[in-house]
Amino acid sequence: MPEALAPILDIATFIRETLLSLFETLGASPELANGLVTFIGAFLIANFVLLILVVNIWMERKVMARLQDRIGPNRVGPWGLFQTVADLGKLLSKEIIIPSQADLIPFLLAPLLAVMSVIGIWAVIPFAETAIGTDVSIGVLYFMAVSSFGIMAILMAGWSSNNKYALLGAFRAVAMLVSYEVPIILTLMVPVLLTGSMRMNEIVMAQNIWFIFMVPLAGIIFYISQVAEVGRQPFDLLEAESEIVAGYHIEYSGFAFAIFYAAEWAHGFAICALFVTLFLGGWQGPFVDQIPTLGFIYFLGKTFLVYIIQIWMRATVPRLRIDQIMDFCWKLLIPVSLALVVLIALTEGIITTLAEQGILTAPFLANYFSTATAADMLPRTFVLLTINAFITIVTLFLLARRGRAERERFEAMRQSMAPIEAGTD
Amino acid sequence: MLTFSPVSVSFFIMALFTIGGGLGVVTTRNLVHAALFLVLSLFGIAGLYVLLEAPYLAVIQVLVYVGAISILITITVMVTRRLMGIEETYNRQWPIAAIISGLLGAGLIALVVAQFGALTPVADVPVDNIEQLGRAFVTHQGFLLPFEVASVLLLAAMIGSIVISRDV
Amino acid sequence: MVTLEFYLIVAAILFSIGVYGVLARRNAVAILMSVELMLNAVNLNLVAFWRFLAPTELNGFVFAVFVFAVAAAEAAVGLALIISIYRNRQTVLAEQINMLKW
Repeated sequence: MPEALAPILDIATFIRETLLSLFETLGASPELANGLVTFIGAFLIANFVLLILVVNIWMERKVMARLQDRIGPNRVGPWGLFQTVADLGKLLSKEIIIPSQADLIPFLLAPLLAVMSVIGIWAVIPFAETAIGTDVSIGVLYFMAVSSFGIMAILMAGWSSNNKYALLGAFRAVAMLVSYEVPIILTLMVPVLLTGSMRMNEIVMAQNIWFIFMVPLAGIIFYISQVAEVGRQPFDLLEAESEIVAGYHIEYSGFAFAIFYAAEWAHGFAICALFVTLFLGGWQGPFVDQIPTLGFIYFLGKTFLVYIIQIWMRATVPRLRIDQIMDFCWKLLIPVSLALVVLIALTEGIITTLAEQGILTAPFLANYFSTATAADMLPRTFVLLTINAFITIVTLFLLARRGRAERERFEAMRQSMAPIEAGTD
Repeated sequence: MLTFSPVSVSFFIMALFTIGGGLGVVTTRNLVHAALFLVLSLFGIAGLYVLLEAPYLAVIQVLVYVGAISILITITVMVTRRLMGIEETYNRQWPIAAIISGLLGAGLIALVVAQFGALTPVADVPVDNIEQLGRAFVTHQGFLLPFEVASVLLLAAMIGSIVISRDV
Repeated sequence: MVTLEFYLIVAAILFSIGVYGVLARRNAVAILMSVELMLNAVNLNLVAFWRFLAPTELNGFVFAVFVFAVAAAEAAVGLALIISIYRNRQTVLAEQINMLKW
């Protein structure tokens, strides 16, 4: 590897060290220089999140249009790429109308809190091995804590607007988001269990075989509950236009609305990034060991692919009713993820104990980190996949039985009503 | 004594959040505002935990208090708001209450300053703190029994609150 | 360097604010909020003592974790009681919940 190429190969470290030495030559103490570089990094990440929204929203409209056999925005800029910029200009130039009975401070604070909670998520997401905001030892928990701020923001917005639709939206939001946090936490425990660490970078490094291939069920449940947590279609009950007008942000206009809108879209993208980090191997990919910069490309590529699935769901699935959503969470997702966590914990425990006692041999001894290659992990993957398949089959069997019982009940009801219908004829 | 450093500045900001939020909780007339002040105060405490090098506790604080308890309290305030508009938020004994709590606070501060003057940490926090905690929760030598008792307590509280507030 | 006494002073002030709230507030939800403040003050004390006096031991840390669990249980049951009382008596004012008084 030629020396001259080093900066390009590991661009994050290069920029960091250049800035550090620059500040120190300007006379800053090492601590101050470190602080300044951290600050610049935080600034860059936060603005990256907000700027990539332009691409996100454009992509959403384009992909949706293609799915619905339309063309989508194509007037402003090449391929309509600047449509979002134009929309943003329109929103920024509008007046923020504050309802006369609104509770002013919570009303204005809510959108800021919403966007804060979303940007906060990005602090622990590794873009590449060397490019992560801060690799805290409790990254996964941090993510949960930060995103729980979002619920508070929605509640504040709904309350302070002094509008019954807004409050209805807020109540729905709380009922739904708090419920869907349970399967999220349970499925988050699966990657943590497998790696034995809550550090995001370690979870990525452990994925010689992506976790989606080891525990597909956990990944799918995590993704579905996260989509619900963001409140995107088909789970967009908090702002169902045809039922409660626009839910919690009905009274917001202009820039305040733009911030809410941005927070929602950025949250949608952030959960894709998180899903990629936890289940799709994050920045892992071929040659990433030699060229860390490739991590950016792999990470963003995967994230956008996952994002397209979200748009696809939005364009295909109709909105659910509130009772269906709650049933889906409490009666299906939570029991399945509970069973999954318990079974995986048991198997991992048994495998490790047996391997330590020398009953199971070499392949099962493979650690998730360091030296293990994908081939070493195959036996374990097979065991975990079997568990997943088992739970899936049992769940499907139970669901089928339930569906059959429901159908029979319905048929019986129709049978009993048939004579009356015939009589009135 | 105090010197000017990033840590002491953040300490004062967080202490201000904590105490200001606490004062807001007990003085404001609008209960939704009181709940929001409570969030501010609890958030300040999370910040203090970070300064005390217990990020795990800080995150749990935000997760449990801001993410769950505050939302529960806010919802309860919104559900029981028919009598919220009343003017008087204090009862008749508030001057006595103020005197008692003022005396209590002064006494506690005097005691604390006398007993634990300028004390600095005796050692650093071990790096694998969280790992130790995780192991301690599942071993007999550690806190297995209290851990199980706590989970039973939470289960009992869950069932109890559902039964109590059930709409029959 | 921020020394132990500053954390303890913050906790003491917060605790007295909580005591004042419990004694002077009329609304049961507000009283519960003040109780939460007191619990948090105690927790801050525990963590501060753990950090300054025994950081290598886990005891203080674990104590704080259990206080979290108890606080969550307390809030859930307390708020359920308040909602139940509100359903039956249409009030959450502590002085009007007086059926057991002479």
